[in-house]
Amino acid sequence: MIEQLQLLGNQTRGSFAKLGRGTRFLLQTLSGIGSVIPRPRLLLNQLYSVGVLSFLIITISGLFVGMVLSLQGYYTLSDFGAEASLGLMVATSLVRELGPVVSALLFAGRAGSALTAEIGLMKATEQLSGMEMMAVDPIQRIIAPRFLAGLIAMPLLAGLFSAIGILGGQLVGSGLLGVDDGAYWAQMQAKIDFQDDIVNGIIKSITFGFVTTWIALFEGYDATPTAEGVSRATTRTVVNSAFSVLGLDFILTALMFGDD
Amino acid sequence: MDYFLPRMDTFVSNQNSLVSVRNLSFSRGPKVIFDNVSLDFERGKITAIMGPSGTGKTTLLKLIGGQLPPAQGTIVVDGENVHQLPRKQLFQLRKRIGMLFQSGALLTDMNVYDNVAFPLREHTRLPETMIRSLVLMKLQAVGLRGVKDFMPNELSGGMARRVALARAIALDPMMILYDEPFTGQDPISMGVLVHLIKSLNSALGLTSIIVSHDVHETSAIADYIYVLADGKIIGQGTPEAIRQSSSAWIQQFMNGTADGPVHFHYPAKDYFDDLLLSGKRY
Repeated sequence: MIEQLQLLGNQTRGSFAKLGRGTRFLLQTLSGIGSVIPRPRLLLNQLYSVGVLSFLIITISGLFVGMVLSLQGYYTLSDFGAEASLGLMVATSLVRELGPVVSALLFAGRAGSALTAEIGLMKATEQLSGMEMMAVDPIQRIIAPRFLAGLIAMPLLAGLFSAIGILGGQLVGSGLLGVDDGAYWAQMQAKIDFQDDIVNGIIKSITFGFVTTWIALFEGYDATPTAEGVSRATTRTVVNSAFSVLGLDFILTALMFGDD
Repeated sequence: MDYFLPRMDTFVSNQNSLVSVRNLSFSRGPKVIFDNVSLDFERGKITAIMGPSGTGKTTLLKLIGGQLPPAQGTIVVDGENVHQLPRKQLFQLRKRIGMLFQSGALLTDMNVYDNVAFPLREHTRLPETMIRSLVLMKLQAVGLRGVKDFMPNELSGGMARRVALARAIALDPMMILYDEPFTGQDPISMGVLVHLIKSLNSALGLTSIIVSHDVHETSAIADYIYVLADGKIIGQGTPEAIRQSSSAWIQQFMNGTADGPVHFHYPAKDYFDDLLLSGKRY
């Protein structure tokens, strides 16, 4: 009994210590962002590996999510003779929820895990330590550009996801199920609110980008510098990112759409 | 009798030392790595730290480079107390120190040329043509100008270490710290590295600190040797003096005999009793 309590205490203390290290890491990273601005090349390279390389998975997933949404939505809406609202339904679900959330989950799996593994291996092969000895701060040189790239790429990818999803929905809706093309777009145009739907979706995706990139970079930086340590850190990145994204999504949704 | 003996730190205050370590203590968890150790590293000389694995030789280099804080004691490099320097000055000091990591620690996402150019690009505003000349000169010095377009994963272990050496001398440092430079090298690479360390030290007027357990290679080029074990200095002197040492421990270490003061067997319970215990299947 005592042993279990001790174990619980140790684990609690361990997770608080980690939270503290993570916060300090975040503050250091944020203060290092200033040094990226005079060197856009570093940022561009990272935007490529974090953003452009996630392009394919985001596009294909967006397309299929939109198509399935359209299909399921049609069956429900047509019961009430409301299939003309299909476009509105697909667009609202994508822009408000599925775009930011699913693309953040995919982003964590595709780009976040890669970031953790890369940083963890750089630590294991003494590259970070070597940089410090060359009087180069790895937080400024390695971490900050990646963080900024994640922050920029995530909302763009979420936007892309939603846009492709809406196209996929239209493809199935009017191409396959015979929903009127004009109604699909007109209802969407009339009812999607810029502030309520689009801006809130963007705020969500920026938040998710911030959190997933932070988790990915910190897990890599904090990884035990062995093969097993890096593999565990990579797993933790994906799991913790998923939890954080889903939890934050609930909180943000409650805050944003609570009163109407 | 001990009472009348002067303490280490009072009588070895060498004026000519570039690095002096005074009364250093450092522990990792319950394990004491250094227990009140004092060392001096003379300018222009090659000083070696030898000792078995796990005696904290690499830790010592990290302490000198300011990557780890000591529990007690001071480390002065070129007149500056490393662990009291503000971060900015510490980085200024590190620009004058080159370090060769055991793994080479080359940046794996750039080629050899860019690796050697890395410190120059980070710390100077030299035009690219001049950086090119400097990089080629440094690579020529280690004999690897021909691999400038290779990626680090295309190099052999010995070549990677030589490229890392070229990078370490890129900013013309005053001192180079070598972490196990000879480990895992074939005889030819080993010979090349021994020759390089020696010739770079005299040609560039460097001060070198080598951490190693390769007895023959190290004692061939070192001017002075400290032998560390169990957190203490157990011997010091010129290579010749170390070889002539009367200490049984140093003799065992220098000659690599299997049994002696350091036992072949790790401490364990009685062999016979252990054999009689029943095993556990997992």
